[in-house]
Amino acid sequence: MMGWQLIRAWAIAVYVFMFLPVGVVVLLSFNDSQFGSFPMTGLSLRWFAELWSNEAILRAFRTSVALGLLTALISTTLGVLAALALVRYRVPGANAISTLLIAPILVPEVVLAVALLLFLDFLGLHKSFALLLLGHVIFTLPFVVLVVQARLVSIRRDVEEAAMSLGASPAQAFFQVTLPLMRPAVLAGGLFAFTVSFDDVTGTLFWKPGGVETVPTQIFAMLRNSISPEINALGTAMIVMTVGLPLLGAAIARRLAMKDGG
Amino acid sequence: MSSVLLKNIVKRFGDFTAVHKTTLDIPDGAFVTLLGPSGCGKTTTLRMIAGLLDPTEGDIVIGGRRVNDIPIHKRNLGVVFQNYALFPHKSVAENVAFGLRYRDVPKADIPRRVQAALELVQLPDLGARRPRELSGGQQQRVALARAIVIEPDVLLLDEPLSALDANLREDMRVELKRIQERIGVTTVFVTHDQSEALAMSDRIVVMSAGRVEQVGAPEQVYNAPASEFVANFLGASNIVPCMCTRRGPEGATLEAPALGAIAVPAARAPKLREGPAKLVLRAEKLQLLPEGAPCDGRITAPAVVETVDYQGQTVRYFVRIGERQFQAINLIEERPFAVGARVVAAFRPQDCAGLPGT
Repeated sequence: MMGWQLIRAWAIAVYVFMFLPVGVVVLLSFNDSQFGSFPMTGLSLRWFAELWSNEAILRAFRTSVALGLLTALISTTLGVLAALALVRYRVPGANAISTLLIAPILVPEVVLAVALLLFLDFLGLHKSFALLLLGHVIFTLPFVVLVVQARLVSIRRDVEEAAMSLGASPAQAFFQVTLPLMRPAVLAGGLFAFTVSFDDVTGTLFWKPGGVETVPTQIFAMLRNSISPEINALGTAMIVMTVGLPLLGAAIARRLAMKDGG
Repeated sequence: MSSVLLKNIVKRFGDFTAVHKTTLDIPDGAFVTLLGPSGCGKTTTLRMIAGLLDPTEGDIVIGGRRVNDIPIHKRNLGVVFQNYALFPHKSVAENVAFGLRYRDVPKADIPRRVQAALELVQLPDLGARRPRELSGGQQQRVALARAIVIEPDVLLLDEPLSALDANLREDMRVELKRIQERIGVTTVFVTHDQSEALAMSDRIVVMSAGRVEQVGAPEQVYNAPASEFVANFLGASNIVPCMCTRRGPEGATLEAPALGAIAVPAARAPKLREGPAKLVLRAEKLQLLPEGAPCDGRITAPAVVETVDYQGQTVRYFVRIGERQFQAINLIEERPFAVGARVVAAFRPQDCAGLPGT
């Protein structure tokens, strides 16, 4: 009995250690004070309002959203196609291709970032938004491939065969049967890609062209001066984006899956 | 409805030959079963007819038209898969309607035809449900409705009953046969279950290791097996090496050790010639009697019970007759014989079949 209680207390302590700082950021973002730290002097949305009128942050936010959406779109499209090829067709060296597709999440991001930069230098290209996008696609692709592949394996081939036996051409069978059955995984993969891209600091720092900031790099830059209460507000907004969105997405995906009979 | 003709088809996967050169003629409206153990090539054959596999050699002709180069979605076949393969994201009615959307069926007619098909499989009220809300047997019926609503030229059934539990399987067997007779569609049924094959088919094609062993009506295949494989695959048989001492138009005489001379009718020994032969004696045709019981002109031999395998309604004995062990499956009348009991083994010569020996 005693042992279990100790373990319980320990587990709670671990959770507190993990989430208390996050909680503090959220709490302080509503602080009225000039300084981004305790004590709290009163509740206010003032820092959110400041945030809203800070042109640099808004620009960073727009960049991040555009980058995230484009990354999600491209990664999902490529990832779905790759997963289809790997699962449904006999591709020579499928295992090697699969490993290579997953590799970007295994290789340390700094290494990947430097490698891409060097490669670009070798090609004589300059940093650009397109390069940044390319980098994000490279390391969000594995998430999409993994999620979609896992789903595709569980979609039986004979469902597609049944559709074709009933008169659907292979393309019609794909759009009528395979794609709707894959949809939850496609959505989840896209959402993953968006959040990972939205959250990324390391690669983005290396790849972004001068003058372009995403939300995380903007925060990083602001931190160099001082801990402004705006950062707390921005942190809260980020949490809502990167935690709230996937939760919402998962809920939608579950709904769809339930409706479709998984 | 159409006949199906397989002309010298061969299917190879790399070095492995799944189906050796096979010719098979399936008449219009017939219920033909491809029967054999797993790996015998029966499903491969079915998938070639369906267009899910291309034959390496030979022609597939459906309704007089060579279909080798026609893809599956243009062959107008109804296929029922082993695991039903219903579309989980569509309702039962949408599943059944799926094939009609690719045919020249007026939109207004679709609900009526879907309903008619669901009534045929006795699920008239389940159109709005999702497949996962149905039991296995119901899903099977929906799969059947989906396959027949398009009025296919041929109905292909790939072990459709094997995923059901035993009682349901027997009900569905009767049901499937009823529906097939009602619509009269040419049907190719694949199974490894001999009792399904015997109960449902007009004709059984017994396959083994990619070759056709025998084609015939159920009774013919059961009573006059063309090979040792067929004799063993359809029920338990005792196969006894013997000598064929006389072969005449009315039958053949086989001399087997410890059993004596057995006159086998000609229909059950079509390939037999004088010389070494094999006697096929089905386990359920070999009856054990207490010593001294009347034997009504049957052939008898003294036997000793060695193993008793009690199965409730029946009992399976292994008995020793002379030098050999025999299997006998008997109904239990009072109580089964005990191990070691001395009994009389009796059988009628006309229940035996003869195969040419090696």
